[in-house]
Amino acid sequence: MRQVSSEVFEPTIVAYCCYYCGLTAADLAGAMRLEYPANVRVVEVPCSGKIDPRVILGAFEGGADGVYVVGCLEGDCYFIEGNTRAAKRVTRLKALLDQIGVGGERLAMYNVYCSMGPKFAAIAREMTERIRALGPSPLRRGAAAAAGGGGGDGSAGTGEGSAQS
Amino acid sequence: MIVADQKPLEEIYAYLEGTRRVLIVGCRECVTVCQAGGEKEVGLLAAALRLKRQAGGEEPLETVEDCVQRQCDAEYVEPLKEAAAGVDLVISMACGVGVQYLAQYLTDTWVVPALNTRFGGGSVEQGVWEERCGFCGDCQLDRTGGICPVARCSKSLFNGPCGGSYDGKCEVDESIDCGWQLIFDRLKALDRLALLAEIQPAKDWRTSRDGGPRRVVREDLRI
Repeated sequence: MRQVSSEVFEPTIVAYCCYYCGLTAADLAGAMRLEYPANVRVVEVPCSGKIDPRVILGAFEGGADGVYVVGCLEGDCYFIEGNTRAAKRVTRLKALLDQIGVGGERLAMYNVYCSMGPKFAAIAREMTERIRALGPSPLRRGAAAAAGGGGGDGSAGTGEGSAQS
Repeated sequence: MIVADQKPLEEIYAYLEGTRRVLIVGCRECVTVCQAGGEKEVGLLAAALRLKRQAGGEEPLETVEDCVQRQCDAEYVEPLKEAAAGVDLVISMACGVGVQYLAQYLTDTWVVPALNTRFGGGSVEQGVWEERCGFCGDCQLDRTGGICPVARCSKSLFNGPCGGSYDGKCEVDESIDCGWQLIFDRLKALDRLALLAEIQPAKDWRTSRDGGPRRVVREDLRI
């Protein structure tokens, strides 16, 4: 759980990026000295199709407020259709996250080409803003409530960017 | 194989009331192949239940995961006794047979199903499974070209098709192939249409679900 300000909620976001496009775009964004939020932790995967639903749930369980998967553009996957398979898994997982109570809107799938450094930075900003508006993951609030702490009042999830306890 | 699919998460979650530690057991046979109750699905369900418990602000749920070769076999189920001894609940991710074996051998623990057992069938394309066998106990496939009229005709007719067959599709649902059209096409292709001229008497269903649970006894194999 990170806090850089007592006023603004700083979410932890995990981005699973495929080696061939997502990660290269992230690398290019860095080489171009583009700024994007430090909230995003990039994790390299060989292909977005390698993403196992258990890994994504594991990220949420480990404290992520949001997760997204970055694969190659549709029709351009290095492994032919890993990105389309990943998209289907993400769709199914979003429904599962709704049932769990975490909220499917905290998970997203994006497609980029390796030369889309600016797009990668824009995605990172977009996702950070979305999760910031949603507030901390219900898992954090739930854990705090179960522990009897003061952080379980739910106010952080109202989309007002309220401070974390 | 036995084809099954997972119950809604809410239904499974309702089992957990008052439990702190749960054992989730998968099976490496049919339900692994139809991706309903193998090792991966055990891990996914365990994570989903833990997260749901946490999101609700309730006491954390401790999950123990296991996956045995076959839940319908005592030799694989009995070793689970040790793991089951320390839990409040056992969730089986096998077919209904596996659930019953766990309940039979894990005598001191409440055992519940995570799957709905659907039918005997196979995969027709990636991610799609279809019924093939009606488990009637008296196989008729020798007369129907290897296409089961019990499972694949919506009315289980033996002298079909009925009047609801249209363009090779079943009146029950146009996505269903008419079983008797399939039988006709196959017999015609193999020049065995004469088989259809034999009127089949009413099927003797006593081998199906009559007389209670069915048994197969092989005296030569008994010890």
